[in-house]
Order: sequence, then structure tokens, then C-alpha cells
Amino acid sequence: MPQVIRTLDEALAPIGDGCVLAIPRESTGVAMAATRALIRRGVKRLNLVALPTSSLQADLLIGAGCVESLETSAVSLGEFGLAPRFTAAVLAGTFTMKDATCPALHAAFQAAEKGVPFMPLRGLIGSDVLAHRPDWKIIDNPFDGDDPIVLLPAIAPDVALFHAPMADRHGNVWIGRQRELITMAHAAAKTVVTVEKIHDGNLLEDRELAAGTLPGFYVEAVAVAERGAWPLPLPEHYAWDGKHLAEYAKLAATEEGFAQYLEQHVYEKKAA
Amino acid sequence: MATTSPNQKEFRTEELLISVVADLIGDARHAAVGNASPIPAAASLLARARGNGRPYVSLLGSPKHTFWTDGGRELFDCAGQGRIDVFFLSGGEIDGEGNVNLVSVGDYDKPTARFPGSFGSAYLYFVVPKVILFRTEHSKRTLVPKVSFISAPGASADNVYRTGGPIALITNRCLFSFDPARRRFKLESVHPGHTLAEVIVNTGFEFDRPPDVPVTPAPPPETLRLLRETVAPELAEVYPQFAGKVFGTGR
Repeated sequence: MPQVIRTLDEALAPIGDGCVLAIPRESTGVAMAATRALIRRGVKRLNLVALPTSSLQADLLIGAGCVESLETSAVSLGEFGLAPRFTAAVLAGTFTMKDATCPALHAAFQAAEKGVPFMPLRGLIGSDVLAHRPDWKIIDNPFDGDDPIVLLPAIAPDVALFHAPMADRHGNVWIGRQRELITMAHAAAKTVVTVEKIHDGNLLEDRELAAGTLPGFYVEAVAVAERGAWPLPLPEHYAWDGKHLAEYAKLAATEEGFAQYLEQHVYEKKAA
Repeated sequence: MATTSPNQKEFRTEELLISVVADLIGDARHAAVGNASPIPAAASLLARARGNGRPYVSLLGSPKHTFWTDGGRELFDCAGQGRIDVFFLSGGEIDGEGNVNLVSVGDYDKPTARFPGSFGSAYLYFVVPKVILFRTEHSKRTLVPKVSFISAPGASADNVYRTGGPIALITNRCLFSFDPARRRFKLESVHPGHTLAEVIVNTGFEFDRPPDVPVTPAPPPETLRLLRETVAPELAEVYPQFAGKVFGTGR
């Protein structure tokens, strides 16, 4: 059996410069400790694809200059307001923004997991979301005459990265109800996961846990990172750190403040 | 303006808006409410309290108030099948044809302001039969002649598959209905304490209106009782700050 449990930095090795990196929405288990480690390593030119939105993770990576392009249906800090570095970078035009809509991203990942080149989706026709996506096409429904429908190319990321409650030594990862993490892993060539803890035994042999488990077959590497989603939540484990996010929103409003945040919470490794 | 204390016989502005939105929901099987939408959430819970458990209410972002077990796509798959009857959308900009902008102001490639993004609007606006537009800030900045970016169009060509779209727009000043055939809003009523002149001055788009514009009816006592006694504690589980501010819940 290959060794899947690694140190955080070793586990992140597949995420090289220029990587097409899939990241989950803020409430399902975002690998924030791993994100800070990537920034410390100085990763460059990431092509981020959010399934289907992002918050602090995309904002930090953009602010730290790690991002070449971002495909997402939204980036915000939720009740803490706009994502400041994302907003500033869009206004300055310093990275390529690919605006999408949530179900389009879900559908495009599903196309990749099925190994088909595209997926049709209702809606979108007449929107400027579609108008600014030359890679999305309209065809006539081949089964029913005059019925235009949008086709979305499959999204097959190089790596999917997320945080989950636990994994076993076989690389099986328990994701519980957050099923889109399974879709993300199926779609990606490699999947890297950080977890709160290692589960003794085999998750797939546990009747109650097996259905909520991503099989280790899909998993390239696992690293333990306690409170690895902090300051974002991990479902049923911990909530948003509202105080920290409010502080972030305030600091990241300016470049100087953002640099100070990186110094305090990313480079100093206090947060990791 | 409505008064400030929930304990008086009067009502708060939020309670008026909740009551109006609950009436718009009407009889429905399933109302879904996006994140950070306390007034639509309260209105949906009020509709459920009146309907003895109907509609089913999904409050997105609250694991307790959603049944999804198949990931984020299940909401959209549900909507695509017609299993969601009511949804709520806001917009950085909304125009007179019901187009919604959640992306940016100015030229898309060189914007002067940027919002978070379109979320699911470019899809849900097409497939949810009753979409209620909700924008508390009623100004020429938000209600514009033409949006800079169409996240989701208010109406579509006849051959485009469309089972849903906007039915109304509610603001802090008034209620508009939407006519998809004419792609136009009609002023239905002006909220107590506000005036037609004020609505006209603060709206960036043209709209229809009856010769005599009614005042939005005050929430009936039974509605206020349900809101304060039944809905407020439910709402407080998801929106504690809002419930505390409006209903004094948890104090």
C-alpha cells in the first residue's frame, strides 16, 4: 500500500505553479492551512476553479499574487462584506476573471466525472454571463427542434484540494454530507486532502461511514492539519471565526493592511 | 414611517415587508431562500406558519433548514425539475426590464465597481416560477434604466426554455409587480410613510402605475402575532442578530 499520509508541505507537492486547482465553497471544508502553506511556498499562476463560489481562500491567494485566473460564480466574505483583494484585483485587471453561475460549475465538474466532453444546462441564454464566455456554446436541442440550450465544456482540474473531518491510512476520506467534494475529486486528476485527524481502521468497512466516504482510490495525498479550515467553518465541527474574519476584512481593505495580515497570520505560521 | 418598537400596536418596517412578501409567496410547495436574506426567510417561515407546514422552506446555508444530501448541485437539480416554486433574488442593479446585475458596474473589462458575482441567478431566474426581487435600498443607484451587466435577464425570447422569472420587486419604499409580456414593472402600492413622488424621484426606470396608487396594507394583527410568536424564534436560529433587532428575540 502506498503511503498517502504525508506532511502538509509534502502533500501539497502536486500543486505546482500553473496548476488548475479546484477549491470548494466556503461552507463545505476549505483547506485554509494548506492555502497558507501554498502562499508561504510562493506558488505562482494558479488557475483556480471554485465549486461554485469562494471567500477568504480566493481572496488570500489573489492578494498574495498567486493567481493567474479564477473561474467562479461569486467571491465574497458573506456577512463580512465584499472580498477586498478580489475586488481590488478585478478593478485593477491583474488576473483573468471567468464569471460563471453555480449550476454551470456543478454541471461542468459532473461532465468531467463522467468522462464526457460537455454538459447541457438550462438558463443562461440572454445573460452577459454567457456573452462573456466564448468557451460556452448554444446548440439546438437535437431531440426537439427549436429549443436552444447551452453546452458547457467539462472541467477536469489538475488537482482538487479540500479539508475534511478524517481519513484512514488507506487514503479513504470521510466527507459526510458534503457530496460535491466527491464530484470534485472524481473530476480532478489528483486530489489532495487535509484532515482534522486520522481514523484507525478502514472507513469503507464501516457501514455507517462508508456512504459518506471518498474512496482512497481517488486520493493522492492526505495531511493532518488540525483546525485546517480555520478561520472558515468545518461542518459539524467548528463555525466561522467571525472575529478573525472581521479583522481580515478590515486589514485587507488596503494593500498595506493585507501585507500586515500575511505577516501575522501566514508567514509567521501562527495560524497553521 | 412605521414605528420602532415591536411591543406597540404599530409595526416595524421589516414586519410590513415580511407580510407583503409572504402574501406574494401565496400557496406554494417549496420556497427556497438564499444566504443573508433575513426578510425573505422570515416571509417564507410566515407563509409556512399560515399554511400549516406548506410550503416546505429551504434556508440555504443552514444545514438544519435544508434537506440536501447530494451536494450543492441538488438545489439546482431540484429547481431544474420544477421542485422549487419560489426563490428570492437581489441585485447590485435592477433595471426596468427586470434584468438583474450581480457582477459589475461600467464596462465589464474595466469596471468601476465589482460585486461578488452572479451566484445561481443566471439559472434559477429561468426555472423557478415565482422569483421575488428584493432590494431594500430603493435609489437611482440600484434601480437603473439599464443594468451594466445582465447576470440574469428579466424575460426571454419565446423559443427559450423558461418556466420562471420575476413576479414582483419589493423595496423599502414600495411594491412593484412585473409583467413578463411587456417586460415592465407596475407600481402596486407605496408603503405607509412613503409617497408616490418619492418613488418616482428615486427610481431610475419607467414603470406603469394606476391613477390612484394604494398604500401597502398594514400587516393584520393575526400576521403580527404569528410573526412575533411563531416565526421570530425560528428565524432567530438562523438570523439571531436580525431577530433580536426586529423582534427582541433572545433578549
